[in-house]
This record gives sequence, structure tokens and C-alpha cells, in this order.
Amino acid sequence: MEENGKSGQGALLSINDLHVWYELRRFGFGHAGYVKAVDGVSFEMAPGETVAVVGESGCGKSSLMKTILGLNIPTKGDVIFDGKNLSNLKGHELRAYRFEVGYVQQDPYGALPPFMSVQKILEEPLLISGVKSKDERLSRIRKVMDEVKMYPADDFLPKFPHMLSGGQQQRVVIARAMLREPKLIVADEPVSMLDASVRVEILKLMHALQTEHHLSVIYITHDLSTVKYFSARIFVMYAGNLVEKAATRRLLENPLHPYTHALLAATSDPDARNADTFKEVPPGEPPSLVNPPPGCRFHPRCAQAIAGLCDEKEPPDFEPEPGHQVSCWLYQ
Amino acid sequence: MNTSSQRLLHVENLVLHFKTAHGAVQAVDGVNFDLDVNRAVVILGESGCGKSSLAKAILRLLPRNVERYSGEVYLQGQDVMALDEEEFRHNVRWAGMSLVPQAAMNALNPVLRVGDQVAEPAMIHLGVTKSQALGQAKRMFQHVGVPEDFLDRYPFELSGGMRQRVALAMALVTSPSLVVLDEPTSALDLLTQANIMNVLKRIKHELGTSFILITHDIATSSELADEVAIMYAGQIVEVGDAKDFFPAPLHPYSKMLMDSVPRLRSDADPIFITGQPPSLVNLPTGCRFADRCPFRFGKCDEEPPMIEKGGRKVKCWLHV
Repeated sequence: MEENGKSGQGALLSINDLHVWYELRRFGFGHAGYVKAVDGVSFEMAPGETVAVVGESGCGKSSLMKTILGLNIPTKGDVIFDGKNLSNLKGHELRAYRFEVGYVQQDPYGALPPFMSVQKILEEPLLISGVKSKDERLSRIRKVMDEVKMYPADDFLPKFPHMLSGGQQQRVVIARAMLREPKLIVADEPVSMLDASVRVEILKLMHALQTEHHLSVIYITHDLSTVKYFSARIFVMYAGNLVEKAATRRLLENPLHPYTHALLAATSDPDARNADTFKEVPPGEPPSLVNPPPGCRFHPRCAQAIAGLCDEKEPPDFEPEPGHQVSCWLYQ
Repeated sequence: MNTSSQRLLHVENLVLHFKTAHGAVQAVDGVNFDLDVNRAVVILGESGCGKSSLAKAILRLLPRNVERYSGEVYLQGQDVMALDEEEFRHNVRWAGMSLVPQAAMNALNPVLRVGDQVAEPAMIHLGVTKSQALGQAKRMFQHVGVPEDFLDRYPFELSGGMRQRVALAMALVTSPSLVVLDEPTSALDLLTQANIMNVLKRIKHELGTSFILITHDIATSSELADEVAIMYAGQIVEVGDAKDFFPAPLHPYSKMLMDSVPRLRSDADPIFITGQPPSLVNLPTGCRFADRCPFRFGKCDEEPPMIEKGGRKVKCWLHV
């Protein structure tokens, strides 16, 4: 995507210098530092655009997601959705915002209340948003069940979540996210709990819904091999920062950041020759988000780190090719 | 495959059925396979196909609701099914073969130092002294890539990847010839997964251990596999050398499963398999995959035999 100004015009979602810090307290009181889960993240998303946020557990991708969903309050920086600053929304405005953003959880069984039937699960968001007529509620539920390809809907509506397969449960979760006709869907590892043969089916379903409804989707994952079937752009996240942002194809063909290289090298394709070689894995583990290393946060694990630079100064975003940003001193 | 001196494990017609209110769950239903010394076989299958039950059946770690448990398991030529529980526990489990259960890294005792936990099986099953066992634990820590001074740490002081290595060290401390790994990397991050697969490869080279790797992750499994066995609805439907299997699987289910894997280094569009596996309580009489199979024909209403084809085996009428 082009750099279309910092004002957020034309963008559906624009994140500016977002920080989400959690305060640590000693013995319940007394300040003991911050967990800097998101530490200076900026990006923009156009309507109908899909981006993938790729990173390992503890890199802050869930905190970023929860802040976009309005579940966390930013410590610093702004989340601007459709021209509205999320921090300024109160009461019914915030509620209206939540209707515009759908959430697809990672674990479908955990995300569905076990004591409610599919019909009840899907009726509830409509009740909360004030759809009073039962007929209208049911017709909307039928429509959305049709869209997630659960038909005949009447067979599924009386069922409870435990009676459905993993793939069907995830369809109900997607149906629930789609009910209020959102503009943005946040999908947190939507297929990681599913079996291989179902995974692709759900990804294709989400892709079809995205195209048909011109939805924006943030796809959060650690699995680089599924990204290209789904997202136009990839953001790679490490220790609270987005270290590389590029169009999916460019990032896979020409990865720049050493961490992105490591992620790609660690991703296996099924191939018997894999057993003959060892994988290159950077040493160590992601840093503590309480006391991240100075300079580039990846430098203690990076084979190409430049002494006196990478361990001292935090790298800004460089743009070695148009639309491809990388936060690494190698590309200054 | 005929040199029986190299044969480590021979499993024949292994059956494990569970009693439930709805009838017998036929989790493992006539499984046959062989494993040679210093080889790794990957048992691939989707959830509910019985692959974890197979691990339990091999190690005889049975729950109370067993309906039927039969078949033959030979470890290094010894018929272990003939042993009574006490002999099996003494001489086979841990000493001969050990298990890294699913989510083992979260099963470490939180109030004991990891070194003591790793040493314990050696003290019990090899009858060595505590200091000898700790020495052995230290050697295993080197093999799995855990720093020596971690012996004195508690599980909460270690990261997930380190705890998984400790669980692996525990399974190796009695020097078993076979280690069964149940989903060893499924809860780990990408880079940690790659690290653990590197460790397993190294152990296979350095210690000559054989592995049974039970997983649903086809791509990661190819990092260790010498042989691949595909499990579907309680049975192995295809088994063969990994070098033959990965480029050209034979069984329609294996083919579709392979085609459903999204690949990083190829633009092939992944497919999905419609329908669901049959219930293990109410299995069809013919081929168990027939209802989802695009190549179904009249013969498929009868159970297909295991057909030998150039050193590989496949349970499908198409290959008769």
C-alpha cells in the first residue's frame, strides 16, 4: 500500500504510535515496572484490505488485537477507526463500534458457551443490538448460517456446541462475528486448533466472505504457510514492535529482517529431504517485555548485528523498496 | 526389512477398544507395523483417529474402561504382551521404551528441581544411586541442549522450549532403545519447534535411539521421518518409507491429506476433505474412508486388505 499520509484519510483503521503497557505491582501495590506488550506500533488499513500479523507467543500480537477490539486501553497513541478515535468513544458509541468489529477466536469450543444452543448463541448479539422481532432475528441468523455454509440451518440451530465438529464450531464463531455486518474482522489464529483437512476449508470460507462483503481482516497467526492464501500484506511482530511490513508476495520472496528470515527458515514444507539437514535457528529466546534490550530488540540473537549500532540505537523504519518497510540497521 | 537382527519393534494386529455408554470405541483396531533400530516412524492422523491410543496401547498405559486389548508387540524380539504388569513395568516401560506424553512440558512437578525429576526414572528402573542418576541426567541435558546448571532449577524458571527438552531428557535418561513422542511440538512456537526437531535429529544420530512420532502436523513430521504411517479411524491405511511417501502418497486419504497442507514454497492451491471421519463406535463394514473418497467403487463396500506395493503397504482396493 502507498503511504497515504498520516491523517488516516481513506483508511478504515489507522494505528498511530500505539503503546500498550501493563503495570507490574509488587505485593499488590507499589510500582515495579511495565510489561511493554505493544511498544510503538503504527500502520494503516484500507477498507477491504487483509493483513496478517505474524509473530510468536508473547510478542504482543494479542495485546495489539485486544486494543483494536476496544478491550484494552492504549497507554499512548491512537487507534482511529473510520475517522473516530477509539479512546474518545464512550457508552453507546463504544457499543456501536464493537458492532462494527467482529472477532473470531482461536479456540472455537472455548469461545462458544456450552449451555447455549447455536440458535441462542447467534440470537444474543441481535438481542443486545436491539433487534426486537423474533422473525427478523431468525431470518438474519438463517442468512448468516447460509453464508458460512451450514445448511440446512434448521438442523444446526437446536444443537449445542459439543455436538458439532471443530470445523462446524468455528463456522458458528464466524457466523456470530458476521451477524452485525462488521467492517473489520479480527481473526486470532482461527485455524490453529483445527485438523489439517478442515483448516483450508475455513480459510477459504473466510476468504470468500471477505471478498463478498469487502471486509477488512486482521489475521493473527504464527503460521507463515497459510498467510499467502489469505492476506495481501504481512506485518512481522517481535517483542512489541512491527519489524517488517510488506506485501505478502514481496515478503515471502524477498524477506529483509533477520527475524523474518529465521521464521521462514523454520517453516517446514512436507518433504522427506528435511530429515537430512538441521534447521538454522537463532540462539536464545525472545526478550522480556519488562526490560527489553536496548537498541534493536532482536540484536542479542542476530548473527548480523552491528556492534555499537544495533545494541545502542533503536532502528527506525527504513524503506529499501516502495511499500516494504523494515526496522533494521542493515537497510539504512 | 528382513534382517530380524535390526528389527526393534514388531506390532501385529494390535487392538484397543474402550467401553463407553454408547458402545465400544474402537480406537485402535488391528494395527500392524515394524520399526528397525535407529529409525523413526511418524504416525500421522487427524484428531480422533486413535493415534494417541496407539501410543498407550504400545506402552500398555491403559485407562480403566478397556473393553478389549489384544495383539502382539515384540520389542527386540521379546514378546512383551506375554509379560505380566509387574514384569512389564520393571523391564520394558522406561528401560526398554519410554513415552513423552502430550503437553509433557506442563506435566513436570512444580515443587521439585528438574534435575531430580529427570534422575528419578534412572534410580527406579536402572537401580543406580542418586549421584549416578544425576550424572546420567547431566549427560542427557547435554544431548538435549539444556545448560548443566538448569539441573537445580524449578520448572517455572524455564521457558516452554526448555521444559520440553527436560521432558525429553527424562524419557532418555534410562537409555531406552525406543522413545514414543506424542505431539512433541504442538504447543510450541515456530522457532522452538524447529529447535526441538533439531534436538531429536541429533539424538537419533548420537544415541541411536528409535522414535515413534505421533502427530497431526505433516510438515513438521517430515523433519524426523524415516517412515510414515497414516492412521484413519483406528487403522493404519498406508505405511512406507518417507522418501517414497512424501513425493507420491498412495492411499486416496493420504493424497488428500498431503494436498490439504498449505505450503510456503509452492503455489499449489490446497484442497480440503469434505465430510467427517466415521464414529469409532459405529464403523462401516467396508473401507472406512469410502464415504469421503472420490474414487469409491463397488469393491469398497468390502474391507480392503493391506496390499504390498514395492516395499510400501496400502489398504485400498485401487492398488490391488
